[in-house]
Amino acid sequence: MSNSEEDFNFAYLDEQTKRMIRRALIKALCIPGYQVPFASREMPMPYGWGTGGVQVTAACLQETDVLKVIDQGSDDTTNAVSIRKFFERVAGVKTTENTGKASVIQTRHRIPEQVLSEDQILVYQVPIPEPLRFLEPRETETRVMHALEEYGLMHVKLYEDISINGEISTAYAYPVKVNDRYIMDPSPTPKFDNPKMNFCPAIQLFGAGREQRIYAVPPYTKVISLDFEDYPFEASRAEKTCEICGATNTYLDEVVIDDKGTRMFSCSDSDYCNSQKS
Amino acid sequence: MEQILKAKAINKKFGDVYACNNLSIELYTGEVVGIVGESGSGKSTLLNCLSGSLVPDGGNITYLDRDNNWLDLLSLPEPRKRNLLRTEWAFVHQNPRDGLRMAVSAGGNIGERLMAIGYRNYSQIRAEATEWIEKVEIDAIRLDDKPSIFSGGMQQRLQIAKNLITKPRLIFMDEPTGGLDVSVQARLLDLIRSLVRELGLSVIIVTHDLAVARFMANRLIVMKNGKIVETGLTDQVLDDPQHSYTQLLVSSILKV
Repeated sequence: MSNSEEDFNFAYLDEQTKRMIRRALIKALCIPGYQVPFASREMPMPYGWGTGGVQVTAACLQETDVLKVIDQGSDDTTNAVSIRKFFERVAGVKTTENTGKASVIQTRHRIPEQVLSEDQILVYQVPIPEPLRFLEPRETETRVMHALEEYGLMHVKLYEDISINGEISTAYAYPVKVNDRYIMDPSPTPKFDNPKMNFCPAIQLFGAGREQRIYAVPPYTKVISLDFEDYPFEASRAEKTCEICGATNTYLDEVVIDDKGTRMFSCSDSDYCNSQKS
Repeated sequence: MEQILKAKAINKKFGDVYACNNLSIELYTGEVVGIVGESGSGKSTLLNCLSGSLVPDGGNITYLDRDNNWLDLLSLPEPRKRNLLRTEWAFVHQNPRDGLRMAVSAGGNIGERLMAIGYRNYSQIRAEATEWIEKVEIDAIRLDDKPSIFSGGMQQRLQIAKNLITKPRLIFMDEPTGGLDVSVQARLLDLIRSLVRELGLSVIIVTHDLAVARFMANRLIVMKNGKIVETGLTDQVLDDPQHSYTQLLVSSILKV
């Protein structure tokens, strides 16, 4: 294997591309929740594997950064391992599984249980950035709706949930209003994580590679989950206890552990679970 | 009676063809105006220009809003225009699929306008949706069904409920009974007419069916080749047509 420093620019992307992405990031931070178009590059991994998040992370990384990558809360699932290895190789940065020690955390579908701090950046991988997509398929129309703050349609979705299921059954990608202005898809994180976005001290950046959109939530920004007066938002979780660490306040995975359908519940955030155990 | 909508010298060209050639019309509050004419005479283009979905090449359209201000529709900012479309105006399409969200339940469709203007109480939205679905003679147990499994007539009635829930003042209708069989058409017209009277709505209805025009409209505008060839009270125009084209139109009605 040849020396990676000679084969790649630091963190894979060339400096011009990083600059383009950083401009998009700054614009996104200035207009919280607004989807900024950017010239997404092809990355050496398939769409749907976090190409947007990887580009954002690459544009943010410095040599002194410590990177943590999680997939569904876990540090050791396929997507997390492949992206962590990718950056170990093309950027040579230190990596960690410890949430508190990381300066940049790239995540797929979870926000860590441990409260984040001001010197951390959380990078989300986003498959579909447009929260109104399945209600209004025309992108030209949804952009006008965002511009004019016409968000009644989002409540039609929640109305449908209640009329069909008796409650707001949307459990992930639960729409939020950022800074009293833009409606944003928080990527497919469980709605249990939504309250963690509100006044979060860390910078939250969202990258959608295939859809070529970047959006962001600056630190200490108001992020409110949409609801009805008589059907308020609930950050729901399985009413169980983690069978590994005994936590009762975390988001749980339900795992089938044998051929007879026996199930166990355990924390989806593997680092948090380990820290509780010891 | 006072005017609610005034259009002066509307022009709209598609290529070299005038779809609307120097058209002026006025609508009074509580009045139903019918626009009749053959296919391609410019009826729908005129309706689309008046309702803001097409921008005319020339002319001037003003509308008297709820607060008694005359608004210049052609220079009105986009947010205000879309707000008008959701609150004070309604548009009933010929094909209910153009006016409904087929993947959303009947109740969601009816409630959409309420949610768009800020209603955030589920029970209240649902109560109003139930009231309106009954008003248009659809059984309230169908509230959670998708319009895609409704019959054509029910879809059209649902579209009307969806439009009327915010109590608009001005309704544009483009062939609201096109494609429905005669008995369904008769009931629908009856329903529309009673709602129009009850709520004191002003209506512009485009149709090629003179029977519909006679039943609904107080006043008729006859169009041909983008021009108004005759206008007057409905009975007057249909019983004593002056222009040769109107005479042709009236004489071509099939007698049973």
